[in-house]
Amino acid sequence: MSHEFLQVLWFILIVVLWVGFYFLEGFDFGVGMLLPFLGKKDQERRAIINAIGPTWDGNEVWLITAGGAMFAAFPQWYATLFSGFYLALFLLLVALIIRGISFEYRSKDASPKWRATFDWMIAVGSFLAALLLGVAFANLAEGVPINAKMMYTGNLFTLLNPYGLIGGLTTVSVFLLHGANFLSLKLEDELRERANAFAKKLYIAAVVLNLILLITTYIFTDIYAHLGLNPGIVPIVGLLALLVSGYFINRKQEGWAFILVAVNIVFTLITFFMIMFPRVMISSTDPSYSLTIYNASSSAYTLSVMSIVALIFVPIVLIYQGWTYYMFRKRITTKKESLVY
Amino acid sequence: MDPLILSRWQFAMTSIYHFLFVPLTLGLGWFVAFMQTRYYQTKDETFHKMAKFWGKLFLINFAMGVVTGIVQEFQFGMNWSEYSRFVGDIFGAPLAIEALLAFFLESIFLGVWIFGEGKVPEKVHLAAIWLAAIGSNLSALWILLANGWMQHPVGYVIDPTTGRPMLNDFLALITNPKGWLFFGHTIAVGLAMASFVILGVSAYHLARKSNVDFFKRSFQIAAIVGLVAALLVIIDGDEQGKYVYETQPMKMASIEALWNTEQPASFSILTIGDLSGKKEVWSLRVPGVTSLLACNNLTCAVQGVNDIQAQYQQQYGPGDYIPLMVFTYWGFRFMITVGFLMVILAVIFLFALRGDLTKVKWMKWVPWVIVLPYIATTSGWIVTEIGRQPWIVQGLLKVQDAVSPNLTTVDLLISLIGYVVVYGTLAVADFYLMKKYAILGPDAAMTESVDAAPSVIGGQD
Ligand code: HDD
Ligand code: HEM
Ligand code: HEM
Repeated sequence: MSHEFLQVLWFILIVVLWVGFYFLEGFDFGVGMLLPFLGKKDQERRAIINAIGPTWDGNEVWLITAGGAMFAAFPQWYATLFSGFYLALFLLLVALIIRGISFEYRSKDASPKWRATFDWMIAVGSFLAALLLGVAFANLAEGVPINAKMMYTGNLFTLLNPYGLIGGLTTVSVFLLHGANFLSLKLEDELRERANAFAKKLYIAAVVLNLILLITTYIFTDIYAHLGLNPGIVPIVGLLALLVSGYFINRKQEGWAFILVAVNIVFTLITFFMIMFPRVMISSTDPSYSLTIYNASSSAYTLSVMSIVALIFVPIVLIYQGWTYYMFRKRITTKKESLVY
Repeated sequence: MDPLILSRWQFAMTSIYHFLFVPLTLGLGWFVAFMQTRYYQTKDETFHKMAKFWGKLFLINFAMGVVTGIVQEFQFGMNWSEYSRFVGDIFGAPLAIEALLAFFLESIFLGVWIFGEGKVPEKVHLAAIWLAAIGSNLSALWILLANGWMQHPVGYVIDPTTGRPMLNDFLALITNPKGWLFFGHTIAVGLAMASFVILGVSAYHLARKSNVDFFKRSFQIAAIVGLVAALLVIIDGDEQGKYVYETQPMKMASIEALWNTEQPASFSILTIGDLSGKKEVWSLRVPGVTSLLACNNLTCAVQGVNDIQAQYQQQYGPGDYIPLMVFTYWGFRFMITVGFLMVILAVIFLFALRGDLTKVKWMKWVPWVIVLPYIATTSGWIVTEIGRQPWIVQGLLKVQDAVSPNLTTVDLLISLIGYVVVYGTLAVADFYLMKKYAILGPDAAMTESVDAAPSVIGGQD
């Protein structure tokens, strides 16, 4: 296999890992943000957490694998991105830490104050993580200052530009919607109703923000030069999926609503990667300083070894992770006896 | 303040913190899996309770390992970008493989284990805890192969255009003896730590005569495993010492505070150095023992720090190649003292088992043994990592050339203080919960919702 083929293959594999993360952890983040608003009583909150309890850590491993794969396949990308977005990533790590620990610790003490604290940490952590991821991807598509030595020369506030913030808010809104849909699929009775009511409101916000994102993408990124006025099937299907999901949310067909919003999330993310390709870090200082899959990658040998490992193990992981979702497919009740703490 | 120093402080702090939780996860997972298997086979309710009770402590500890691990994964790129560029072709692979092979296995099946009782078939529930234990120990293997490569780089050629090492032999990377020695030592350390935690908690209850049968049996299992594991730790540690002597002579010499080449080499019982830790003031030594440690006989020559320094200056150019000896020297001594102490204590505990454990007078002091493995693991890593200085990759890249050049002192102060605050708070919560559940005892662990709170925000339950 030629080096060039492997470089493209690994770009695609990394997109797949990020897509897996966005699809799975997207609703986890949404559920986390909704927790204090949707769950009024302690047991309700526990039921909401249990909807993602068995699976959230496995979902987060998609992020860890994506990070590891970027390091292995495109070390320059990993190095430039992670050192460049330093403070943003630090905040992301803090968000993930306070959220992760709270799932495990919030029910381990009976004090209402203890529980409320951890519940809010879940919500704040999920919000911050979704926001920062959205900001990061918008900036990746837009381009950031990078010098000839592949070094990021901006700071945290460089990232918090209008387009970055639009990317962040859109991600938050869509993850919220994704989470509300997931909860209406997983919960029963009153909680299910409440989740559905939230989904209806969130739908409007998500649609508005998606449209703003679409327009601003033509202003701030080089999508026009890169993909053309008609950006192709992927972004269009992504947007249509979101629009159509409203119909199913209204009719309480939660399965369809969930799938369609998932399509929107996944296709929007893929669009960002399509704008970038074959660049992985676009330099706004000078286009020729951009990192591409060609100048940022590992050797052909490393990429071949990693390809063999990935082609064997990614399907295996998909099978057993899929199986756990099947195992825990039943709706969750708020009855005390059946709740796991 | 120098960004390099701050980055080093941050990395050292976060790694040490991560490793406070890791060995207990590694070891306790096997215990819980074993106990649940015994329950599955015998339907003896005590084993069921054991799996639940020790499982509870396992989970509280595990959560900390997970959230601090993500920081580790990101930090190479964030703080050590030049390192990541330099070694990415090689070092990234085991890291990615670790996530794909180990973290998925462990986190997904642990989810099945926590939430699956009564919901999935009993056999599946049992398999889940075994897969989680295997997953976490597998993760140790891959990360230790990665670290092993930094200590002893293998399987690469230097790319003539970039000057960077390029992987050319994957098999050599995954069979690196350094990594496997790390792995053997660390797995045994995990079991030893778990044993001593179980011993300590059991002793607390035995001294108070609560749940005597339950804790007697736990005590017995842990004393046996603890003895075997501590012996394995020592045997493997000795092997490691020999390999260090072969591959990182400077580390060995600094561990022994051996200034000049000696034949046969003496072992220092006590050395007082000056404040820089790089000069000897006074020492008490036993002849021959360092030779024994390094090459299995009492007579071989062991190179001293000064000679290696001179040799490295010729080989790598001018510079200071001597690691901070206070750390390597004392760290090593803490570690081996604990190693031998653990063996002695395990033997004493086994003898005590022949009588009535609740009548043993010193039982109330036994909970303090829990701190021993924590001291030893922390010192062990400090020896390993500081002994490698100034190299980040032995012989190939120095720490000073590895740090991210774009980070400012302000960036680093924000993150360093941030980690201290977050990690400090988490430590308090973790310690509080571990202690609470350890003291509550097995009955509390059986009834899941025992402390289900009244409603958070008004309303009725
Ligand atoms: C309970 C913990 C514990 C105990 C009792 C011991 N060790 Fe250890 N040791 C560790 C925990 C540890 C560790 C933290 O897990 C390290 C760090 C890296 C590694 O693989 O294990 C380590 C590293 C380590 C190294 C450094 C390897 C290197 O730099 O390449 C040596 C030479 C030894 N050990 C030797 C020993 C000996 C001879 C011991 C007993 C007499 C001993 N250790 C007891
Ligand atoms: C989890 C247990 C570990 C502990 C307790 C630990 C401890 C330390 C310490 C104390 C330092 C600081 C040395 C100094 O600045 O002088 C350090 C540095 C470092 N270690 Fe480790 N380490 C651990 C595992 C690892 C592993 C598994 C890796 C790699 C896979 C690793 C890679 C590094 C790197 C990149 C540095 C920074 C550069 C340096 O200062 O040497 N460490 N570690
Ligand atoms: C500095 C290098 C290290 C990195 C980059 C790292 C990375 C990680 C990550 C990302 C996790 C979270 C996994 C999850 O979400 O499920 C984790 C947890 C863990 N790590 Fe580390 N780790 C390092 C050092 C070590 C060492 C030295 C060991 C063992 C010898 C180890 C063993 C474990 C174990 C057993 C866990 C328990 C929790 C879990 O796997 O989920 N780690 N580590």
